[in-house]
Amino acid sequence: MSTHTHTVTPAPAARAASRRRGNPQRSTQAAPWLLIGPFLALFILTFALPILMAIVSSFQRVERRGLFGEEGVSTVFAGFNNYAQALGDANFITSIGRMILFGIVQVPVMIALCTLLALLLESASARWPGVFRAAFFLPYGIPGVIATILWSFLYTPGLSPLIDAAKIVGIEVDPLGSGMVLWSIANIVTWTYTGYNMLIVIAQLKSIPGDIYEAAKLDGAGPVRIARSIQLPLIRPALMLTTVFSIIGTLQLFAEPQVLATSSTAIDSGYTPNLAAYTNAFAYNNYNVAAAQAVLIALIAFALSFTFLRLSNRGSK
Amino acid sequence: MTATPLTRRASGAAARPAAPAPRRPRTPGTHPARTILVTGILVVVALYFLVPVYWVVVAASKTSSDLFATPGLLFSGHVALWDNITRVFGYGEGIFGRWLLNSVLYAGVGAIIATYVAAAGGYALAKYSFRGRDTIYAAILGGVLVPGTATALPLFLLFSSIGLSNTYWAVLLPSLVSPFGLFLCQVYARTTIDDGLIEAARLDGAGELRIFHTVGLRILTPALVTVFLFQLVGIWNNYFLPLVMLSDEKLYPVTLGLQNWNSQITRLPEFYELTTAGVLLSIIPLAIAMVVLQRFWRGGLTEGSIK
Repeated sequence: MSTHTHTVTPAPAARAASRRRGNPQRSTQAAPWLLIGPFLALFILTFALPILMAIVSSFQRVERRGLFGEEGVSTVFAGFNNYAQALGDANFITSIGRMILFGIVQVPVMIALCTLLALLLESASARWPGVFRAAFFLPYGIPGVIATILWSFLYTPGLSPLIDAAKIVGIEVDPLGSGMVLWSIANIVTWTYTGYNMLIVIAQLKSIPGDIYEAAKLDGAGPVRIARSIQLPLIRPALMLTTVFSIIGTLQLFAEPQVLATSSTAIDSGYTPNLAAYTNAFAYNNYNVAAAQAVLIALIAFALSFTFLRLSNRGSK
Repeated sequence: MTATPLTRRASGAAARPAAPAPRRPRTPGTHPARTILVTGILVVVALYFLVPVYWVVVAASKTSSDLFATPGLLFSGHVALWDNITRVFGYGEGIFGRWLLNSVLYAGVGAIIATYVAAAGGYALAKYSFRGRDTIYAAILGGVLVPGTATALPLFLLFSSIGLSNTYWAVLLPSLVSPFGLFLCQVYARTTIDDGLIEAARLDGAGELRIFHTVGLRILTPALVTVFLFQLVGIWNNYFLPLVMLSDEKLYPVTLGLQNWNSQITRLPEFYELTTAGVLLSIIPLAIAMVVLQRFWRGGLTEGSIK
């Protein structure tokens, strides 16, 4: 990893500067450490140490001697026992499968929607693009928990104008029932994050040089053709970035199902992998298995992101 | 490993110089049919994003009985918005106001310090070569991809072992670190801060830290705004970390507090009014901030190398 990063960030300017300086004075040597020191200290405390602790404790188990542990408690090495227990738990596997299904449907829908909105807003045909951009982005400022509370009211029969409206046209829906609740969550996630992803796509659209458009227009290309042959290929990096972050986010899903569980009986305490880890740690005090689950979730997120990047790179060749 | 292709792209996206907005000529009206179609689609989508917010405004101005008895999208004859708001702030010795202030404290203080710390770190990585730099950079990039929820559980164990859990620090300390912010500042500093400028300041006899504070921070300002906003929204929206860390409801941010009320709705229907009005009140500050500040989001991401 470090070798790759090295090639990514060659800082020839900085190196040349240090050569120019000749013998760097002592203050120049200490300065970078003074500058990066606070960040490093906080990073180690809140990222490196906890991650290390999670990995270590995922390989340990707590042994209680005596019937209730009254003869002492000790931590012993457990090998892959916690991982075996996590992976042997059918509910945990189901919850991972549920998130993958969720991701396969929700992520493409959201990415397609945010791309379409970005293209429309950047097209010459849109009126009041600033107003619309602000409207689409607004939900991102509403915390996931608050958004979920809000939508949970809109999913409650008797309270929701949406369910009433559906009833008028003769459709009976139960957004909190076991069949639909996953897609009700998908709706909340899409509602919250589409505008944010749209802004990233717009940022990249704006970086396309204007003369490319001029050339395309001279060749007689219409807006659809320009979108397909120029804009979509050039915003690929932004789309990959948003997709990877969405994949990682999907596997982390927690607040939405946890909050919705107060009004839907279809969501149990292990509905998503993260919810299962949280329940294990805080309801069952089974921290070691929870740690193994957290490590597994992170590994699966990495694996899926990596697979996606590989597949889409191959597709582009 | 996954970090590598991603970051290369991200740095490309962030650093690409956008010519000062060569706006394509907007000539709506040349194709009236197309303008109507596109704007029509945008209006429909805007309804999807805005109707739930509108519903909260309506619901927050109804009494509990009206909430279920009158049509959801219409105001009832009796507007009880002010009553509901006073009830929200009056409930439980004004705990809601405290939650709002806590959120402002966590997000405001956290984002300011996080931005400063990330700027200093990014500047150091971009403008100095020192032993261990590449290793540090790689580790931090890995941190960008590690999800917050994965670190929250072990962080709780760590903090409770040193007596920090269930304190303001438990939420504030992890909020001070933004690997993504450091990454953005590093890219921005590398492409915009001229080495000659630093050299000139050195010849004038300025110390290294002084140079960072006078020259570096000033040039980094656009990136700092972006990092600050990302962090502000991130902390404000955070739920998992405070949920894990805090048991004293006096320390709750507004997200946790409102969910606390929401979870009591099924037993005590009076919480319907409290929660809907509370949701409305908690949406207002950041919704305004989003609408006002959204041009800065765009700015920070694209204007990578414009001074």
